[in-house]
Amino acid sequence: MTIEARMPKLALGPVLYYWPKEKLLDFYERIAASPVDIVYLGETICAKRRALNTEEWLALAERLSAAGKEVVLSTMALLEAESELKALHRLCENGRFTVEANDMGAVRLLSARGASFVSGTGINVYNDRTLRFLAGLGAKRWVMPVELSAETLAVMQAERPAEVETEVFVYGRLPLAYSARCFTARHHDLPKDDCRFRCLDYPEGLTVSTREGQAFLALNGIQTQSAQTCNLLLELEELRELKVDVLRVSPQAEGTEAVIEAFAACLRGDRDPLEAARTLNAALPYGACDGYWQGQAGLRQVEEV
Amino acid sequence: MQYAHAKGRRVFVALNTFPQPSGWERWRRAVDQAAELGVDAVIAADISVLDYAHRRHPDLPLHLSVQGSATNYEAIRFYHEHFGIRRVVLPRVLSLPQVRHVLENSPVDLEVFGFGGLCIMVEGRCLLSSYVTGESPNMCGVCSPAKAVRWEETPRGLETRLGGLLIDRHAPGEPAGYPTLCKGRFTVADQTYYAIEEPTSLNTLALLPELQDMGIAAIKIEGRQRSPAYVTQVTKVWRAAIDACRRNPTAYVPKPEWLRELGKVSEGHQTTLGAYHRTWQ
Repeated sequence: MTIEARMPKLALGPVLYYWPKEKLLDFYERIAASPVDIVYLGETICAKRRALNTEEWLALAERLSAAGKEVVLSTMALLEAESELKALHRLCENGRFTVEANDMGAVRLLSARGASFVSGTGINVYNDRTLRFLAGLGAKRWVMPVELSAETLAVMQAERPAEVETEVFVYGRLPLAYSARCFTARHHDLPKDDCRFRCLDYPEGLTVSTREGQAFLALNGIQTQSAQTCNLLLELEELRELKVDVLRVSPQAEGTEAVIEAFAACLRGDRDPLEAARTLNAALPYGACDGYWQGQAGLRQVEEV
Repeated sequence: MQYAHAKGRRVFVALNTFPQPSGWERWRRAVDQAAELGVDAVIAADISVLDYAHRRHPDLPLHLSVQGSATNYEAIRFYHEHFGIRRVVLPRVLSLPQVRHVLENSPVDLEVFGFGGLCIMVEGRCLLSSYVTGESPNMCGVCSPAKAVRWEETPRGLETRLGGLLIDRHAPGEPAGYPTLCKGRFTVADQTYYAIEEPTSLNTLALLPELQDMGIAAIKIEGRQRSPAYVTQVTKVWRAAIDACRRNPTAYVPKPEWLRELGKVSEGHQTTLGAYHRTWQ
């Protein structure tokens, strides 16, 4: 590890699942005490999920901010209805917290206000020219699309505008797709308009396996995720050498604090990444993956753990 | 180009993948070539491609590709304000009332998918293909690429695989479609079914009067990775239908022979109204 490499910050992405209000608030109470630097908050998947309303999200943001966290409010990835655009306006006009834009509609509203923003996982930044364009509109940070590789990131890092931070999704089930259809409702033979909030029953989504029993996807309402958990703990050295500024951990139903602790300890040099990765991976129901980072199919695990 | 223009047809060129830094020169050349050829529009999704085309070739009409994932009018306004796009191809995720609402607030024309493959994920935001094969529509312009496909006769039936993953298994005599990742039969909580979507095609022939009444600028028929015979058959039916609908929208009903013709070239020989019809969602 090079000495001059800066210590990346740790971020916690938005909770992508539908958890009941109590579970969500308990979770963030523990997060307030965890060594994470940045917390992304908000419902990004489905407007029907109302664990917290906008005021409650903002109150939670204040709570975490008081605990010393940098708070970012995340917008929905798929905006269809006028009511969703109204909610988007309220988020973008909150005047207090930075917003993570997950749709170009959000980028428009934020740049029109002159607000700096984070270009989220939902924005397709595949090259340095696109990044420079968004930086010109106020992007202060970008989250690399999860399907890009370390090799592409290296070029991006060499070319990125000086003032823009780079964030990489380093741990969690990968966000892979968004649909008009709710797959959780479909699984229960329910229409989307009358889904009876079945997502509440699946705190980490519904696992999809092939008929040979190979699990590979997870259904989370209108979102499809990977069943495998992306874990780039073994890539810490490379991430630092590439001068990645922020590492994103995506919340899972169980064990997220242990993941944050593991990354924080490895970053401090207090823990061996191989041992930590082995420990974390042993608890994963469907194994780990690092294929995208290695420039391969996303579900592969290339690095030997 | 000369041939098409002599026949009174316009040519739009899709350059709708997202270049990575190492690919930039190739994409730039493609935009320049399209402009030099005098194409009637370039359909693009990536910001750097749109930005370059807009600045370098201000007279070249630009359409936002479906891969640009613009599902709401604020996103459309973004692309219009920055790149002067003249038309947007909508992702196949909106219901008809939602399409109407977007159109009422959109500064540019809308094009909607009318027939062909049924992408049920928001285009430009689906990485399922690269998750399993390493290649995605965003990076490579291909979904579930043929090179990753395997067909195997086994004692259990005909198995179709993508990137080694079992997508479906067909009993003898059961029609077997192309193993598009989202259209396989998978197991979720002990139930095996089409967990994401059935092998089916989008067909909006029945919605033509409504689409026309709304003022939709164009119906897109998916042609990618399709044979000339398919294109001939499908465009013939759609031409007849659009002409009939224009002549007399109130009396318009899709003719049984049109539906029969389209049924022959539909995935799994079945069609759906997709997201346009809310109950599908």
